[in-house]
Amino acid sequence: MSVVLSVRGLRKRFGGLVATDDVTLDVAAGEIHALIGPNGAGKSTLVNQLSGELVADAGTIHLMEEDITGLSVAERVARGLGRTFQITSLLDDMTVMQNVGMALQAHEGGNFRIWDAVQKRRSVWERAKAILRDSLLTGREAALVADLSHGEKKQLELLMAMAMAPRIMLLDEPMAGLGHLESQAMIGQLEKLKAQTAILLIEHDMEAVFALADRVSVLVYGRIIAQGSVDEIRSNPAVREAYLGAEDELC
Amino acid sequence: MTRHRILGLGLLLVLALMPVLTDLAGQPAFLSLMTRILIYGMAAASLNFVLGFGGMVSFGHAAFFGIGGYVVGFLFFHQTEGTLFLGLIPGTSQLLITLPAAVLVSGLVAALIGTLALRTGGVQFIMITLAFAQMIFFFFVSLKTYGGEDGIIIRRANELPFLNMRDKATFYWVVLAITTLFFLGLRRVVNSSFGAVLDGLRQNERRMAALGVPAFRYKLYAFVLSGMGTGLAGALMANFLRFASPDMLHWTKSGELMVMVILGGVGTLFGPFLGAGAFMVLESVLSSWSEHWPLALGLILLVVVLGTKGGLMALVSRLGGRK
Repeated sequence: MSVVLSVRGLRKRFGGLVATDDVTLDVAAGEIHALIGPNGAGKSTLVNQLSGELVADAGTIHLMEEDITGLSVAERVARGLGRTFQITSLLDDMTVMQNVGMALQAHEGGNFRIWDAVQKRRSVWERAKAILRDSLLTGREAALVADLSHGEKKQLELLMAMAMAPRIMLLDEPMAGLGHLESQAMIGQLEKLKAQTAILLIEHDMEAVFALADRVSVLVYGRIIAQGSVDEIRSNPAVREAYLGAEDELC
Repeated sequence: MTRHRILGLGLLLVLALMPVLTDLAGQPAFLSLMTRILIYGMAAASLNFVLGFGGMVSFGHAAFFGIGGYVVGFLFFHQTEGTLFLGLIPGTSQLLITLPAAVLVSGLVAALIGTLALRTGGVQFIMITLAFAQMIFFFFVSLKTYGGEDGIIIRRANELPFLNMRDKATFYWVVLAITTLFFLGLRRVVNSSFGAVLDGLRQNERRMAALGVPAFRYKLYAFVLSGMGTGLAGALMANFLRFASPDMLHWTKSGELMVMVILGGVGTLFGPFLGAGAFMVLESVLSSWSEHWPLALGLILLVVVLGTKGGLMALVSRLGGRK
């Protein structure tokens, strides 16, 4: 399988704290690579370096064999890197339809036009309608984002990221704060997304990780201490020790 | 939509008949008040484009207003002197040349200020725009050739073919025509692809970055468009007052424009015009009562902002039964 995202020796330091310590990992096309780790392991710091919001101190990030280490957030997105936010980050004053439309509009380009009418961009709105028709948000198109439930916002995050047709998607805790049923629905969806994009899944929910992941990396204090298949990680004593700590069982 | 259109056409009709009405009522002073409201309305609407639609609180828009005015002043000065501006550009008093020139120069200055100021945000952005406007203010004060603190007196308003611009009513109609085109253009821009992206950036810059939209370029473009609109208003104001002075560049002018926007309704199309109207009427009424009129104005502003939650435009919509 071809490698979509390749991270080599990534390092980030905040004063005396090494938040990312020599992280190396690959995400291949068609796979879900899960990144797990206890609180404070540096998962969010790593995601923010991959997305471009933070600049790494050392190391490289390649997307489809192109070095993107020095590129801005928007430039990385343009090259096919999508993401969702752990704490949902949407356009709150707009409707669900407008949010999806904005993602499509941004992807399509031509946004310096001041003399057209955005409402008449049919390619944008027809695709937005189609995307929403096939989603769990069908029937909620006209709802304001500020009025959505937490689960619906998570869904919308996912739809917007997918609307950009990314090659790789960084999913930052897509299950966080979801109820059991909502989590199940999300797992089903991510399973389907696998065919369309490679996924780096950062997740706390072990049930989800073990159900979805093809490969797992375990991050502790900024270092990757183990990498392998779900079964290998389950039975790895170092992982049990470091990651589970107070807990007794891995699920 | 049709209701909006009927209201708009009705308003335009009343505005078009204003010279006749003020004549009948024997209140010629009211016509010049109306002219000023339209001009300030355009300046406030331009500021609102960045402030309300773009979420960039600029405290330096007097710079563009003043520069628009000074372009008209400079061109007039060199025409009467028969000299060349910077040894290159001949003066003129043709409105069809001075207005585009004012728009162009204000746009260039906005590009310059915006390029530097938009690297910051929030309070820093407010202070940097203010600082640039103050620099420009002191620059013009020190230009002794062009009157320094006293400014340039423009003895005749710019000319338009076939029209007598000395006639107050004709001048008003020209301003009204420009304001109408300005308003329709602004509405078009707000509803464009660019307008939608700008709205997105105001709401959540981080989200827009995740959609691949680099904020800086879009915000700079909005800032330049806003500067151009304000410069247009400044050029018309210099024609109206027959005077371009550092007063137009003073930081209090930036504050007045901001008050108009807030009074009328931040982020609305028509609000700034309403705000400009309310501000000018209050100014002329209150200042005839007391020289401490800004105190009363401040109280009224406070009541409007706290009471209507969205300025006069919100009040109008609520009275009109629309949400």
